[in-house]
Amino acid sequence: MKNRLLTFLISAVALAVLPLLLQGFGEAWVRIVDTALLYILLALGLNIVVGFAGLLDLGYIAFYAVGAYMFALLASPHLSENIPAIAAMFPDGLHTPIWLAIPIAAGVSALAGVLLGAPTLKLRGDYLAIVTLGFGEIIRVFLNNLDAPINITNGPKGINSIDAISVGGVSLGQPWHVAGMTLPPVTLHYYLFLAIVVVAVVICLRLHDSRLGRAWLAIREDEIAAKAMGLNTRNLKLLAFGLGATFGGVSGVLFASFQGFVSPESFSLQESVMVVAMVVLGGLGHIPGVILGAFLLAALPEVLRHVAGPLQAMTGGRLDAAILRQLLVALAMIGIMLLRPRGLWPSPRHEDRLIPDEGTQGGRA
Amino acid sequence: MSTHMGSTLLSVAGVSKRFGGVQALSEVGLSITAGHVHGLIGPNGAGKTTFFNVITGLVPSDQGRFELAGKAYKPTAVHKVARAGIARTFQNIRLFADMTALDNVRVGRHVRTKVGWWQALLRTKAFTHEEAMITRDAMALLDFVGLSGKGSQTARTLSYGDQRRLEIARALATEPKLLALDEPAAGMNATEKVQLRELIERIRQQGRSVLLIEHDVKLVMGLCDHVTVLDQGKLIASGSPAQVQRDPAVIAAYLGGAHQPAH
Repeated sequence: MKNRLLTFLISAVALAVLPLLLQGFGEAWVRIVDTALLYILLALGLNIVVGFAGLLDLGYIAFYAVGAYMFALLASPHLSENIPAIAAMFPDGLHTPIWLAIPIAAGVSALAGVLLGAPTLKLRGDYLAIVTLGFGEIIRVFLNNLDAPINITNGPKGINSIDAISVGGVSLGQPWHVAGMTLPPVTLHYYLFLAIVVVAVVICLRLHDSRLGRAWLAIREDEIAAKAMGLNTRNLKLLAFGLGATFGGVSGVLFASFQGFVSPESFSLQESVMVVAMVVLGGLGHIPGVILGAFLLAALPEVLRHVAGPLQAMTGGRLDAAILRQLLVALAMIGIMLLRPRGLWPSPRHEDRLIPDEGTQGGRA
Repeated sequence: MSTHMGSTLLSVAGVSKRFGGVQALSEVGLSITAGHVHGLIGPNGAGKTTFFNVITGLVPSDQGRFELAGKAYKPTAVHKVARAGIARTFQNIRLFADMTALDNVRVGRHVRTKVGWWQALLRTKAFTHEEAMITRDAMALLDFVGLSGKGSQTARTLSYGDQRRLEIARALATEPKLLALDEPAAGMNATEKVQLRELIERIRQQGRSVLLIEHDVKLVMGLCDHVTVLDQGKLIASGSPAQVQRDPAVIAAYLGGAHQPAH
């Protein structure tokens, strides 16, 4: 118990100090960690759908897009500029505060998750993957084309001038002077994202270790047996889709305000595949593994940037840095899948445990 | 148990099912008395498993009338059948292979518990209390089937006989009025069969009814209060084990050809 508390305190301090150290090397490093935190949030959400309930969703990025566009519309001048009725009501443009925008975006994403999940309920495995992939693309195509007849999404040009989040009167978009230090926006965002990720982790752990979590795992293991045990698999799957999508939506809101700009380009199939890769690579269904996978895959391309530069120079510029990075990421993934097929940090195998049964279970009860 | 011993628990009549050109079941019916072990036997391809799947909602029947504990029920959705009080095991074991034995049984408690996910998020008192109950009940069931001490093992690592017993524990966790076992002794050795027989006896003593599909004639005859025999999708005999054993139609179905004139 004492050890756990100590570990907890050390990690808390380390996480709190991390951006302060990193910003000394340049704000770009903090930005990489910020992005990684957003990906962790996405991976945690997808893990509910893929890792817990066993539903392979290749269109997950759509909910990230829904969240991002919800915030973009609710907190930018875009709607007022294009729709006279809204301009009449809000002449300065819409500026929805974050505490209202996050629940709205979470709700809309959850609804989208349930709506897109409903037609796929009878599908499994490859078929489910293909249909969800299609749904993901449909959302992106919608975003690309909803600029006419009424300009809602501004098409491929995207929406800009999105408000920065402000928490308790402190805008995260401007440097904050506190206690003799100056915290740049990337560091302020880091703390907000970290807090939300911590909440997300607690939610995931508690769901996993509950009646609902066991029911999801049962569906993943054997859907027919789960039904025969009286589980309403339809509702349970929809709940997984809805809750997973909520995480994506919240992550999207944070992304939109962090970037100040959204466009359909950010929500390509490539991104969906990337999030699935994070979950699978880290350890399907195991939350610490998923976090590790998301962090590595989000940070790896950035680290490789520093490796790719010299390599490119050596080949006299013939080697394209972007392609080289993709190649190295792919190689890393193949290597991990060969050496650790259950992921980098999979859930512990119970048969390896030597602790007697009553001791562990009695303690929990 | 809401049903009294001796009253009819499940009554099924006129069940027919056709798969393409094959008439798998034609006008099959049976009536299971509360507190009885009811055997369902027949040669391979007789339609036993199809009938079983119809009763448990896995396969929709073309026609048929169903009544459980005096109330009409329609086996249209599998999960509703479990809620109504019929739990089953599978011929080819279908456990939640990567979950622990204890968690397998705890999933079985799902249908009789109700705390929602928001309570799980907030870790409310109701949640903690119900979780403790679920764990306690599941542990008790593991003890009941003889798996005490194996709760933390992953289901796939258990021995074959243990997996069969775990499936029974999981089914019992749903508090069934009728426990339907699809060839529970398949692949078991002699010792395991004795243990299985003793387990089914104890389940009967609890007042639960058991529907048993089985090939092992010795097990069926020694255990069942009533036996129904199917052959080629039709009911050919029904009665006490002794009656059924003497029935010429049953002998013909098992030995083959006796009812046809010799060439």
